Amino acid sequence: MGIEGIGARVVRKEDKRFITGLGRYVDDMVVPGMKHAIFVRSPYAHAAIKKIDTEAAMAMPGVIGVLTGAQLKDDGIGNLICGWMINSKDGTPMKMGAWSALATDRVRYVGEAVAVVVAETRGQARDAAEAVEIAYEEMPAVTDAVKALEKGAPQLHPEAENNLIYDWEIGEASAVDQALDGAAHVTRMKLVNNRLVPNAMEPRAALGHYDKAEDHFTLWTTSQNPHVARLVMSAFYNVAPENKLRVIAPDVGGGFGSKIYVYPEEIICLWASKRTGVPVKWVADRTESFLTDAHGRDHVTEVSLGFDRDNRIVGLKVDTIANFGGYMSLFSSAVPTYLYATLLSGQYVIPKIHCNVRAVYTNTTPVDAYRGAGRPEATYVLERVVETAARELGVSPAELRRKNFIREFPYQTPVIMNYDAGDYEASLDAAMREANYAGFPTRRDEAKKRGKLRGIGMSCYIEACGIAPSQAVGSLGAGVGLWESAEVRVNAAGTIEVLTGSHSHGQGHETTFAQVVASRFGVPLEQVSIVHGDTDKVQMGMGTYGSRSGAVGASAIVKALDKVEAKAKKIAAHLLEADESDIVIENGEAKVAGTDRTLPWFQVALAAYTAHNLPEGMEPGLKEGAFYDPTNFTFPAGCYIAEVEVDPETGHTEIVQFVAADDFGNIINPLIVEGQVHGGLAQGIGQALLEGCHYDPTSGQLVTASYMDYTMPRAGDLPSFQVSTTNTPCPGNPLGVKGCGEAGAIGSPPAIINAITDAIGNNDLSMPATPQKVWAAMKASQ
Amino acid sequence: MAEISMTVNGRKVTGTVEDRTLLVHFLRENQGLTGTHVGCDTSQCGACVVHLDGKAVKSCSMLAAQASGSDVLTIEGLAEGGELHPVQAAFKEHHGLQCGFCTPGMIMAAADMIRRHPQGLDEKTVRAELEGNICRCTGYHNIVKAVLAASEAMSGKAKAA
Repeated sequence: MGIEGIGARVVRKEDKRFITGLGRYVDDMVVPGMKHAIFVRSPYAHAAIKKIDTEAAMAMPGVIGVLTGAQLKDDGIGNLICGWMINSKDGTPMKMGAWSALATDRVRYVGEAVAVVVAETRGQARDAAEAVEIAYEEMPAVTDAVKALEKGAPQLHPEAENNLIYDWEIGEASAVDQALDGAAHVTRMKLVNNRLVPNAMEPRAALGHYDKAEDHFTLWTTSQNPHVARLVMSAFYNVAPENKLRVIAPDVGGGFGSKIYVYPEEIICLWASKRTGVPVKWVADRTESFLTDAHGRDHVTEVSLGFDRDNRIVGLKVDTIANFGGYMSLFSSAVPTYLYATLLSGQYVIPKIHCNVRAVYTNTTPVDAYRGAGRPEATYVLERVVETAARELGVSPAELRRKNFIREFPYQTPVIMNYDAGDYEASLDAAMREANYAGFPTRRDEAKKRGKLRGIGMSCYIEACGIAPSQAVGSLGAGVGLWESAEVRVNAAGTIEVLTGSHSHGQGHETTFAQVVASRFGVPLEQVSIVHGDTDKVQMGMGTYGSRSGAVGASAIVKALDKVEAKAKKIAAHLLEADESDIVIENGEAKVAGTDRTLPWFQVALAAYTAHNLPEGMEPGLKEGAFYDPTNFTFPAGCYIAEVEVDPETGHTEIVQFVAADDFGNIINPLIVEGQVHGGLAQGIGQALLEGCHYDPTSGQLVTASYMDYTMPRAGDLPSFQVSTTNTPCPGNPLGVKGCGEAGAIGSPPAIINAITDAIGNNDLSMPATPQKVWAAMKASQ
Repeated sequence: MAEISMTVNGRKVTGTVEDRTLLVHFLRENQGLTGTHVGCDTSQCGACVVHLDGKAVKSCSMLAAQASGSDVLTIEGLAEGGELHPVQAAFKEHHGLQCGFCTPGMIMAAADMIRRHPQGLDEKTVRAELEGNICRCTGYHNIVKAVLAASEAMSGKAKAA
């Protein structure tokens, strides 16, 4: 490791523009002639549209156009789709209802787009939007997924009888039933995973520009994966062919999953630009974000976990109902199936697992992947039931886990995943040491003297990252491959540009990817630039989500670097009159091993471009591309321990200590990895203590649609975190990395709830554990 | 329409704006100073914090016309003579930012916080003082570290001077 290479704590290259106010986000973009769009949205959760009258709005000052779904259909723009096919256990394909980017005859959630106004200023567009007259006939709504499955519930889509999208299973039900029947002890729980709103601080935005001269479209958008957006808009929504559509995702202010999907507004801004003849910009206000960004989680689960007389796990049975909202978002179907049920083995040897999942339409905002996506839900189920089982069995939660840990790798779980490497005991021990687990009883007694209830809780999580082997996901229903691409361009004077299909929206790729390159050739970090987020520059890519940029994106860079290095060595060998196998490239020069004959890196590059003296038959230039398709998922894992104090008078919970010990494999930049863990923890703790999406059950109105109503974690709600790492390198990729972006959000919610339930002596507590709920649970147990 | 004039980052500016124009929109759209961000509609997130006559304010919570005649400092004007302000430098050094969207407001709020606490800051005070600024990326851990480090650096500088 050099001072700038792999493993170094390098401060970020990209920070300068952000700390000086010179970042370039979509809302900062201005193109000549640009006008502003405001969407007219449904105020009802469920209603038939009887009539849309745009005449009065058209007459308002500054209005350029008022467009509706009928015109969208006239122009052949296609419906939104879900790109991952899931079959029910009876073999029938999932039941996908039609979703038009602008509703024509029916609306199914509050905030659904019905019309769009384009005007000279945002204010004029807003005024005119209020003048669009829409006659609705309100229909009964259902927001709760369990209720939506009941007889007589309001029906959303004719395609999906009883609102059931699919009824899917994994594992053998009868084998698990048999294991549980023969178990010495079975712990049963009913758990709710609360619905969350991702809340990237930059609201979604889109700027569509149709160039009549070239019949070409450009979209600036808040996307985590601009190439996927282009592909989907081209292949499915008929916006424009790929060669006539450029998608640019510039600086993007956080994503957390919510900016993976192609949303109606992006399609509409492009289409409206052609329709009106002006570039069209739309920027969500925060309430629009609450109403229309894909939400996360929202599961109701029943779980049974059986043990033999020796406290070894014999079987796990899980039955989950997943709320999908009013329409199927782009990757929604995969979240509660292949990103959830396949992780239910956790860190444990569980001989038999069965999981059944029913996906359900309701009159709520569509639900899709949010930081962790399925894996937080799986971890919450498993880690709460394991902790509760330990309490029921009267054994230490740490030792019950330790007894059941997987210790031999590779390990094939009963639910598809094949864990390649790990050392769960190492992270458990590291966390227990850091938390001074053994000293807890003394701290609890001391807290009691102060009138506080102190509790400790842990969570041993696993996740599957580095998504994913294309052939494997293809066989499971994915509509795309999940490889990544990279191109390494060495310029004539030796500086290097790396084009990547990954997209950074806070992850620091401009630094970490540059470290990978700097390590390889020993060139200074400032001579390496990372190019991303523009379909005109980077040919194709799958984007950033699922903690895949290191494991998949950087692996593609490594593959391209291998090719560049091979060619550079040939050139250097030729110029130094040495054998190619004797050339090493390090510290910014090529040298003949064991001699003092060297050639500066820039001279190797220059030779490639002057082409005056290259090996016979070699093409000029030094630029190589690569596609990397992973051979397996990666399996980050770790142990989190939370310690809390509950005020028995108010039910208020204070986190007095939070310890995280993660195994992310090798680490490129510890500073950035720690930051990712901190952020994930804050979101997980937010879910456990503060955040929750509430719909009025009758009207279907989203009650928590602003920062006045939805409790975002603030600095005063959180402690400083004690984070550390252990390392079992990932054997499946060249850098040995696993991914770190989601771990914090996956592992922390059960740790927090386990700590609170320990403090109050009642296992029956749901998230968010608000003071009111904690107080009620405390009273119920007395 | 309202005729307004103010000093922005040391430069006298004038403009004609709709009466309802907020200060943040005047800065972003009329002045092209897009470092000041809009992250919510309820004056909760703090992405829009600027200094008005030396004090931190949420520029989404006042009309541009109300700021007429004032001295406004935005994130673009904070660094002096090409040298980062100590708060900016500390955010970089301690990885106090990820996506960067809340960062300008955080830095402007932190600079004001440090000015109001010349005796120095502790973690609890910093966390309490950041109540009006939301960050979704960092979990605040490194922001708090950065503010404490900047406070120390600035008080050290003050003592030395």
